[in-house]
Amino acid sequence: MRIFSTDHKVVGLQYGWTSLTFLLLGFLLILLIRWQLAWPADPLPLGGLLGAGNAPGGFMLPEFYNQLGAMHGTIMVFLAVVPLAVGAFGNYLIPLMIGAPDMAFPRLNMLSYWIYLMAGLVMLASFFLPGGAANSGWTAYPPLSILATSGQTAWLVGMFLLIVSSLFASINIIVTILQLRAPGMTMMTLPFFVWSQLVTSFLLLLAFPPLQAAAILQLMDRLAGTSFFLPSGLVVSGQALAVSGGGSPILWQHLFWFLAHPEVYVLILPAFGIVAEVITTSTRKPLWGYRGMVGAALFMGFMSFLVWAHHMFLTGMGPTMSAFFQVTTMIISVPSVIILSSLVLSLHGGSIRFTVPALFALAFLPMFGIGGLTGLPLGLAASDIPLHDTYYVIGHFHYIVAPGTLFALFAGIYHWFPRISGRLLDERLGRWHFWGSLITMNLIFMPMFAQGLAGLNRRLFDGGRTYAASAGFEFTYELQAWAAVALGLVQLFFIVNLILTLRKPRTAPDNPWQSTTREWQGRS
Amino acid sequence: MIDQWLPPQGSAHAPEIDLVLRLVHWLMFALFAGWGAYFVWVLIRFREGRQPEPDLADTRGRPALWSEIAIVAAEGVLLVVIALPIWFRQTLPPDTTAPSTTVVRVIAEQYAWNIHYPGADGEFGETRIELVSSSNPVGLDRSSLHGADDLVTINDLHLPINRPVEIRLSSKDVIHSFGVAAMRVKQDAVPGLLSPVWFTPVLAGTFDIACSQLCGLGHYRMKGQLTVESETEYAAFLSAEAAIQVGGVPGVRASAVSHDAQEQVVARGPTGTHGRDDQ
Repeated sequence: MRIFSTDHKVVGLQYGWTSLTFLLLGFLLILLIRWQLAWPADPLPLGGLLGAGNAPGGFMLPEFYNQLGAMHGTIMVFLAVVPLAVGAFGNYLIPLMIGAPDMAFPRLNMLSYWIYLMAGLVMLASFFLPGGAANSGWTAYPPLSILATSGQTAWLVGMFLLIVSSLFASINIIVTILQLRAPGMTMMTLPFFVWSQLVTSFLLLLAFPPLQAAAILQLMDRLAGTSFFLPSGLVVSGQALAVSGGGSPILWQHLFWFLAHPEVYVLILPAFGIVAEVITTSTRKPLWGYRGMVGAALFMGFMSFLVWAHHMFLTGMGPTMSAFFQVTTMIISVPSVIILSSLVLSLHGGSIRFTVPALFALAFLPMFGIGGLTGLPLGLAASDIPLHDTYYVIGHFHYIVAPGTLFALFAGIYHWFPRISGRLLDERLGRWHFWGSLITMNLIFMPMFAQGLAGLNRRLFDGGRTYAASAGFEFTYELQAWAAVALGLVQLFFIVNLILTLRKPRTAPDNPWQSTTREWQGRS
Repeated sequence: MIDQWLPPQGSAHAPEIDLVLRLVHWLMFALFAGWGAYFVWVLIRFREGRQPEPDLADTRGRPALWSEIAIVAAEGVLLVVIALPIWFRQTLPPDTTAPSTTVVRVIAEQYAWNIHYPGADGEFGETRIELVSSSNPVGLDRSSLHGADDLVTINDLHLPINRPVEIRLSSKDVIHSFGVAAMRVKQDAVPGLLSPVWFTPVLAGTFDIACSQLCGLGHYRMKGQLTVESETEYAAFLSAEAAIQVGGVPGVRASAVSHDAQEQVVARGPTGTHGRDDQ
């Protein structure tokens, strides 16, 4: 395997290993946060290793806490989950599934991986800048982000590179699927996984450019003295800020969420695709309602461009505007319900084999269900008032992304590992990995709904200990911290499984799950 | 089902917000329970041991379609009949010209809530950036037409009970969010915008004002206190403040709860920078 390869399988694997590394890093950052939230008055174990600028004597500084929060979100969304779902699974599987010799633009494909890696390294290096990494949240709201330390500049440069990489990848996937299908393979005979990647790529292609423009504007505000996002009359630390002013902080939020809401569907659509393939294979029955699901995915992709401002109900947006976005938000729940129902109904009449990939794919259904349902009170502006910016929101989107999308991605890894490596991952270690992750993730995320209903805010360095809303939640904080530690330990089953299996001979049969999709027919 | 976690209902509109929360959680619970029961049944019924060969002719179209229509209908009713009217009532301005309305300005800054009362004449004096200092955090011009009797406190908001309140919310530096869980009130304070917030406190007591939007390293300690009290207590509070602020040296007095915040403002000073003084 050459390092600078244009082969889609090599590029896919490079995406896979890199994004799994970022997944681990992003998890380690949040592990520090969970420990800090549970015992804010105590030094962190091994906290001295973080350096005196971040945690003097092991006591975490609030500046560092904010860096951890911002970088956890950024790394998980942009450097771990999406590259794994699209870069790794898409690159590796799409040409095999549609009978193409490679991606349409192999060199562009290679370039997109290397730019992604560069973006990731810029993000990581920013921890070593004066003032550390970006600390204004993964949403980078100005004016805070414009006043922030130099880590924010690195964040913007990293995002710029990442978007370039993502645009290359999405164009490549779209052209490949539309142009390089094997003779006789029509659009309506594509595996649902390929459809999910196609819609995802259109979302990436159309939603990312506004954020790229916004990132350039914010960079200008930070470096060139412009005021795209800075209003007149700012007084910071008692000093009038010497900027030209006249800009709008809300403009950034519109541009950011115009990307970041479709991004939610970028996170979830490939997961639907993987779950559909794994479920049909392990029930030995075709997908129920394939046409409806394709239609729902297309409709969902379109609607995802019309819901962004439901993240902004409390910015002072007019009631008419927010009424519009509440209606579109309720509408976009329909295609999710259709896809989820179709997946569940596909089980009916099947002969379900509870293999490890099947377990992850089946658990995805109720976990994503919880994530989707808890979006309802957040999508209604009236009930969003008490829940906005509380742990309820964190619980909601983590159910979608962690035991949701991540479980689907794990299902995909266990499912296609024999296709990739010629070896089957160990079932017993896989089961421990599954049950351990399922239990610990629920212990971490379920209490967040109670915390949020009580009015406990997110992003508080001391877990909101001085607020009345935190009363009675000390225990849940500690439970969440221990569950996070356990979640980390459980991942060792997965890591050990990967290492041990890769050291074994290639003994897996060509099609161990008796799947009917094309990627299993013959070796390439 | 969720009542055990909700904060006390401190404002007139709190029961309405809680009604939406309750209804939507019942809907969520019903959907999850019904759907989860079916899911578990399918897993048991169609496991490989019980169903060695898949039944390829099996379809379940009609019930699925009906259940989807029912979900859409429930969401539609929830949105149109309940949630939207409550949201409109809460966001459209009430009659704030009524003399009974308490009007207060709240000016957020890293990391404190500056509260500006109009004083005895009920009109706010002018504020100017050049006048902002550690002793005059809102830049109040006492020589302006209505400025002589204005009162400014830090992190200490007093309101009379059972009277509509209009809070004129703004920010000096970055985006903050004025959140009072017990009042079911939360509104971003965006620099460059003046965002009005309306509610009627109906529960006497003290409540946390929590900054609900990440605003920097001191975000976690940007905490104010709302005291809802009777008319007479409120009047006594205002006159006590007036005696200190307007009777003597013009300036600001922070009460006991906000002692920390005042120290920070003073320590920072007009030329100070954000330090790591909070450690």
